[in-house]
Amino acid sequence: MRREVPIVICFLAGLSFILEYFIPHQSVRPFFENFRQWAIIVMTFAYVLGISNIVRVNYHVIHRKGRDWFYKIILIVGLFFMIIMGVFFGGIGEGTVFFWMYNNAYSPLQSTMFALLAFFIASAAFRAFRVRTFQASLLAITALIVMLGRVPVGENVWKSFPDLVEWIMNVPQLAGKRAIMIGAALGAISTALKVLVGLERTYLGGE
Amino acid sequence: MGTGEILWNGLALFLTLSIFSILYKDNPFYKIAEHLVVGVSAGYFAIILYYNSFIPKVWVPVVHESKFLYILPTILGVLMWTRFSRKWSWVSRYPIAAYMGIGMGVAIPVTMQAYILVPLYATMQPIGFTSMALFNNLLVAAGVLCALVYFFFSKEHTGAFGGVAKVGIWTLMVGFGAGFGLTVMGRVSLLIERFTFMRDYLQKLFGF
Repeated sequence: MRREVPIVICFLAGLSFILEYFIPHQSVRPFFENFRQWAIIVMTFAYVLGISNIVRVNYHVIHRKGRDWFYKIILIVGLFFMIIMGVFFGGIGEGTVFFWMYNNAYSPLQSTMFALLAFFIASAAFRAFRVRTFQASLLAITALIVMLGRVPVGENVWKSFPDLVEWIMNVPQLAGKRAIMIGAALGAISTALKVLVGLERTYLGGE
Repeated sequence: MGTGEILWNGLALFLTLSIFSILYKDNPFYKIAEHLVVGVSAGYFAIILYYNSFIPKVWVPVVHESKFLYILPTILGVLMWTRFSRKWSWVSRYPIAAYMGIGMGVAIPVTMQAYILVPLYATMQPIGFTSMALFNNLLVAAGVLCALVYFFFSKEHTGAFGGVAKVGIWTLMVGFGAGFGLTVMGRVSLLIERFTFMRDYLQKLFGF
């Protein structure tokens, strides 16, 4: 009952949505569209689960005065500040505290974190390129050409640089990207099928 | 610049510098900013979901439009919270299973269509040696085929098969190299944007 019924529910829900794709009839679509909305609603409540988990994990560290406990308080304060401002203090529109927090905390924090990767990616690249194999050289040279060809200095060095980059992007890069995409899609489909037929059950948890 | 803007942009400047301080060494300012990223991001997405999903899909239909059918997915969603109870956690499997089923059912045909059939169709173009376009089509088709052979691990990569797989990995390396180059450029653009923001703020603040 506790394991078999969920597997049957998963199978039936999955099978019906696969069939729906092949029955593009106007009488069928609204019915399934409703269920799609249901899935979004369920997912919304799952986010509360995620938030509760963040609070629970960090509360334990704060309570035990574990490692970095003070910073965990900042994390929790940041989380609840955004939620309280968003729900109780004017919503999320322009001029609200939430809006200002988005523009002056969330957005700069995110973009600076990603900008920081410019430094780490450079050091990682240096270490990777020291592995002197043909493949590593191919990767390094392509990266260098793409970077040079996309900035004005590249065109000044050699005027055909942008054309070469265009060719790399449209031919070998495209071929590699397509193969990875097809491979990943085949993997995703096989995993999805395993979930549907009940071979993959880790999402159900223990016991 | 008004006082409010000075303060808010000052916060943005402080957080930007706090994150960059890790380039020197690990320090409390970085840790504060790092933990703030997690908290603020989680709070931000919670509110976005609240306004884009809970209010229009649950609150408005049930409370304002009396569409009580929407109580059913709400109950399913609330059942997910039983995950925290040792005794009742098994109940959460029902909504999770329903969600997984719908998700997989939607994903399988869409993935098949968008990520397998469409790219394969785009790869199967006229090929030849008479023009650059035809030759490029040939290179793309050969590259895709070779790279797919590289991903085929049921047969040992030796002999002619190994040779084709080797060409496949060269193709993949060129692809990764191009992707890497674009990623670096994207990150550097963000870095420039952050420095521009700091310069503009200080210019406005001190008027130089």
